[in-house]
Amino acid sequence: MPETTTKPAAAPAEGRFEPRIVAFFCNWCTYLAADLAGTTRLKYAPNVRVVRVMCSGRIDPQFVLEAFAQGADGVLIGGCHPGDCHYESGNYKTLRRYPILKRMLAELGIEEERFRLEWISASEAEPLRVVVNDMVEKIRALGPLDLRVPAERIAHEVEEVAVP
Amino acid sequence: MTDKPKVAFYWCASCGGCEEAVVDLAEKVLDVTAAVDIVFWPVALDFKRKDVEAMADGSLAAAFINGAVRSTEQEEMVHMLRRKAQVVVAFGSCSHLGGIPGLANLADREAVLATAYRDSPSLVNPEGTMPQTSWAENGHRVGLPGLYDTVRTLDQVIDVDYYLPGCAPTPALIANAVMALLSGQLPARGSVLAPDIALCDECPRQKTKPEKLALSAFKRPSEVVLNEEECLLAQGVLCVGPATRAGCEALCPKGNMPCTGCFGATSRVRDQGAKAMSGIASTIGSNDAAEIERILAAIPDPIGTFYRYSLPASLLRRRRLGAPAGHEA
Repeated sequence: MPETTTKPAAAPAEGRFEPRIVAFFCNWCTYLAADLAGTTRLKYAPNVRVVRVMCSGRIDPQFVLEAFAQGADGVLIGGCHPGDCHYESGNYKTLRRYPILKRMLAELGIEEERFRLEWISASEAEPLRVVVNDMVEKIRALGPLDLRVPAERIAHEVEEVAVP
Repeated sequence: MTDKPKVAFYWCASCGGCEEAVVDLAEKVLDVTAAVDIVFWPVALDFKRKDVEAMADGSLAAAFINGAVRSTEQEEMVHMLRRKAQVVVAFGSCSHLGGIPGLANLADREAVLATAYRDSPSLVNPEGTMPQTSWAENGHRVGLPGLYDTVRTLDQVIDVDYYLPGCAPTPALIANAVMALLSGQLPARGSVLAPDIALCDECPRQKTKPEKLALSAFKRPSEVVLNEEECLLAQGVLCVGPATRAGCEALCPKGNMPCTGCFGATSRVRDQGAKAMSGIASTIGSNDAAEIERILAAIPDPIGTFYRYSLPASLLRRRRLGAPAGHEA
């Protein structure tokens, strides 16, 4: 598998928010689509960090949460179309987990545009380009996702807390 | 008497069930009190904070702390107990993982206070009195603990040596833990004092768990007459036993109720809710997106279902502060 070498694209416009998107792509379909996009010199937004997994069914929901917890502004999952899974049923597992994970993320205050599942086959470089560009623009409009839990201080008592 | 090891029990954001669990040791509590001096236990004994403060640092053999940490007072007390105790044990789900109070991490301080003091239908508060952390009256100023936006687990506030899981920990596990402490035969620091296997492994219904589950509907225990021997998941009842640590001896499944996950996950899992959701949703017996949505609609509160005891300990810890309203499921 050829390694993608990314030259830094044109420097982002001053002060413009550049979303960081973690993309989990399955080895047999969406990762090959990304590869095809590269060899056919399709240009798309350089905001995705692609993690190749053997199957979209391998994407433990913990991976998605970990990506958000570590600062991703969005998470994209790409797998084979239903019926096309290299392992027969892996993408169906993804299909079953996705709607409820999306609801859980919404309850945790993460907008739905930030988490997306797309079926993209190995030949679909153009749909991949469209999906990535669209997701980047939507997340750019939303702004950064700040999940930090601030240290809290309540003035008058805290002086008494002697931290060992 | 004075040469017996000294121990303290303390409660933070909790319901009192963990105190009850200690009382549930029944006559075994006599063995405990024969072996140790309990020098601080607000629910049962009349020692005060200043009595503990007067002790030398490290003079307590152990402090058993239950409850999550969500107020300034709780934070102060656990820091103080950490200094006084050689060993700190997080006692029960709330202290271990955040517990039921941890679900307040779906809201913030303002929303919690508004519900508790203003909006609750059973409330009578005509003057709209809200809690204050400081108040002056007749030239005297009094201070009260302040509530934080975020509920924290004990180990997010102080170093914790051991965890006793459960809502509440069972008498057998408590007795084992106390005896291990007294004998000095302690497992590695940071251990959860319960077996590191899934609950299914000790559930008597395990033998009827099918090789391959294919759930077509999720039913609440009240909506179905449950077979008392068959695996609850196989009967369509959402049981999070597969994603929960063993050690309770399957108390709830034995009582014909599904496991709700109070022991947390095993050491291989970082985020119990995500793992429980993943395992359960994957067993839905459909490949059709619309039907899957319909089946999942029977889980109206996924956070409360899968993170019932562990939201503060989860990867995201809480609902994003300042998240716009209207994104709720």
